[in-house]
Amino acid sequence: MTKKFKDTDMQAVIGWILRAGVLVSMSIVFIGGVIYLYRHGHAHVDYTTFVGVPDFVSSPGGIIRGIFTLRGRAIIQAGIILLIATPVIRVIFSAIGFIIEKDYLYTAITLVVLLIIFSSMLSGHAG
Amino acid sequence: MSVTVLTLIILIGSYLAGLLGSLTGLGGGVVIIPLLTISLGINIHYAIGASLISVIATSSGSAAAYVKEGITNIRLGMFLEIATTAGAMVGALIAVYIPTNFIAVLFGVILILSAVMSLRKKAEQIHQQKSELAEKLKLNGTFPTPAGEVSYTVRNVGGGFFMMLFAGVISGLLGIGSGALKVLAMDGIMRIPFKVSTTTSNFMIGVTAAASAVVYLQRGYIDPGIAMPVAIGVLLGALSGSKILVHTSSSGWLRWVFAVVVTILASQMIYKGITGTI
Repeated sequence: MTKKFKDTDMQAVIGWILRAGVLVSMSIVFIGGVIYLYRHGHAHVDYTTFVGVPDFVSSPGGIIRGIFTLRGRAIIQAGIILLIATPVIRVIFSAIGFIIEKDYLYTAITLVVLLIIFSSMLSGHAG
Repeated sequence: MSVTVLTLIILIGSYLAGLLGSLTGLGGGVVIIPLLTISLGINIHYAIGASLISVIATSSGSAAAYVKEGITNIRLGMFLEIATTAGAMVGALIAVYIPTNFIAVLFGVILILSAVMSLRKKAEQIHQQKSELAEKLKLNGTFPTPAGEVSYTVRNVGGGFFMMLFAGVISGLLGIGSGALKVLAMDGIMRIPFKVSTTTSNFMIGVTAAASAVVYLQRGYIDPGIAMPVAIGVLLGALSGSKILVHTSSSGWLRWVFAVVVTILASQMIYKGITGTI
């Protein structure tokens, strides 16, 4: 019975993390969007050729500086990064949940998933 | 086109994509990419990046609700996420080296497959045969029904795992949730009850998309100017869709309309891919 109880506990925590993550990150994206439209609404854009993203939204330092100088696209990008982090945070909390349940098989499985995501992050940087 | 006009067009289009995607269970990603590339002439790399972000937002939002109801099989999801995240990482890494023409054609093919999948009859299946591997991995579970808790078993774990690897590659390559492939793996190969396979698939989509999004983010595929209206639009559309779903039970004709629309979009993607005009 105690195992069952803890499984439902974990479900409640996971549900809360996902909901809060989406709500907070999308609010940040929205605020950034409003600022971006206010500052650049009349500018002309062309996305037909792939040229990557502007420098100030491609590095963590640039995004942080952009947030403090209220640049809309830097704020949007910060919200997007938080959104990408939401399912990853969910996986981290699942790992903690499995440790509490003393389910070592699933603690290991969850850690493998985390390892894959982090190596994906590093390989993307190298490429 | 000015920023304001483009943002508004994308916002409305994404809202409709999210609405239809949620009503039919196909997800918004499959409509948003052809919309951005064919109708607005946006480069397919930006379209894929933006779609991936909308996929994370909608799947996380709806997974939150399903997880609380206790239908999602979290252990099964975690186990199969090894396959989908590994596949997604590979998909995102090779995406750079694959010609956009080929990506467009592949997208069209997956789109048609998804449309066909959405038209299938969904008969509930509950199996009780034991599989040694499923038992060892504690994959068998129960889910709540009006008649009480129903227990089910999982079959062909290896086959399902392999299919998930493929679903992950497609998701990473095309920037979609590839929910259709995930359901195919769990429904068709592992023989899990339909309700469990759809909710567990949805639960896995966010993590799968995150594994390839970290690559795309660093490669500059995710442009805030496009990702912002796409993510907001699709999420709001999906939310409206889930509200409507509660009130109406029959959406048969809607599925057909959507399947036709999707097939037309898919043919255009394939045509443009083959003629090299994308």
